[in-house]
Amino acid sequence: MSETAVIIETIVKAVVVLSVVAGMGAFATWIERKVLAFMQRRLGPMHVGPYGVLQLAADGIKLFTKEDIIPQNALKPIFVLAPIVAATSAFVAMAAIPYFPEFTVFGYTVHPIVSDINVALLYVMGVASVGIYGPLLAGMSSANKWSLLGAARAVVQILSFEVVSGLSVLAPIMMIGSLSLIDINDFQSGGVTNWLLWKQPLAFLLFAIAGFAETNRSPFDTIEFEAEIVSGFATEYSGMRWGLFFVGEYANMITIAVLVSIIFMGGYNPIWFIPGAIVMLLKVSFWIFLFLWVRAAWPHVRPDQLMWVCWKVLMPLALVNILITGIVLV
Amino acid sequence: MSAQLVLSLSVVLILALGVPVLFLLSSKLGPQESTKNSKNIPYESGITHCVGGCDNRFSVKFYLVAILFVLFDVEIVFMFPWAVRVRELGYFGLFEMFAFIALLVLGLIYIYRSGALKWQ
Repeated sequence: MSETAVIIETIVKAVVVLSVVAGMGAFATWIERKVLAFMQRRLGPMHVGPYGVLQLAADGIKLFTKEDIIPQNALKPIFVLAPIVAATSAFVAMAAIPYFPEFTVFGYTVHPIVSDINVALLYVMGVASVGIYGPLLAGMSSANKWSLLGAARAVVQILSFEVVSGLSVLAPIMMIGSLSLIDINDFQSGGVTNWLLWKQPLAFLLFAIAGFAETNRSPFDTIEFEAEIVSGFATEYSGMRWGLFFVGEYANMITIAVLVSIIFMGGYNPIWFIPGAIVMLLKVSFWIFLFLWVRAAWPHVRPDQLMWVCWKVLMPLALVNILITGIVLV
Repeated sequence: MSAQLVLSLSVVLILALGVPVLFLLSSKLGPQESTKNSKNIPYESGITHCVGGCDNRFSVKFYLVAILFVLFDVEIVFMFPWAVRVRELGYFGLFEMFAFIALLVLGLIYIYRSGALKWQ
């Protein structure tokens, strides 16, 4: 393959991945309102377009053209940088994720992964956790008490659950012996019974809980808990700056959904007659739905309960899981 | 292969930086910034001046959790290479890692006992 072809292929893949993820993120905001509404026996957005689906466009136009407000005491460069960090880290993490099985178009084999890194899992978790600088910088630079409180809570929550997700993902890696997401996917080929979910149920549960906490989703959304700290770190943000935090949050949700699907739920291996790509889409959609379902079903937890559960329950459980896996394997 | 990695990652980085910056520039389409009205004061539930300073110090508990994170995340960094090669390293690697984990669990128990994780 010539160099030009490689360069064009890479650029096309990167553009496709970013635009699909950004589009899915925007669509997820509409889905979220609809799902929450139906669970509360409401209709949700109905007026703009059929079933309110054009609400997306209306919201987009509003966010894009809103007046750009920077509060007078804020540290301007850092205040501007914070949402960019949040969105960029979420997007860059997408580069190493294989979304679909490879397919052939016009005799040309396409690998649906932007860059095939052999330590992809480490890369995704590392880059995604840079996103913690978004809330931190936003809260520290806003010159507002609510923002500062939100930033402190964000750091404590995301850092604590970073430890849990790192430890829980070690047990599957011990079984597979590779950090490449493609190897992890291939390890589980051959039907539902080969999913790692059945061999590592505890790791699956811990990773899912840590995923909810790292994306600040309910019931762990203590850093944007309106009843207590206004809007947390994003209190002073408006317009597209606020929108970028939102984009980052939804991109992180999609990353977590894809990671759980690949590591624990068999990835894009075909089931019976259903092709791998559709299986993957179904799994990711299910996880996005689960995020919303949990938000509708569970009340918030307090920050101190969150810390208690993280350091005194989840982390020892993750360590025990690693020990048991090690004893069984060796 | 590595050249391809550098290429693809830099393309993604440029796009991922460029898209948010473009999004932010779109605010030039709307009404422009006005400096002399009360829109730009910090949000404080209607109070015009922030009471007691806006850069208050916060509880040392938060720093303690950050230090704990550094400790345990470094532990995880050491465990990743071991986890990939756990079968080849066999019993030797397993016992070494168990000793390492045991030391850190001792530290964790000490942290529990000294009350660093009590929030109330």
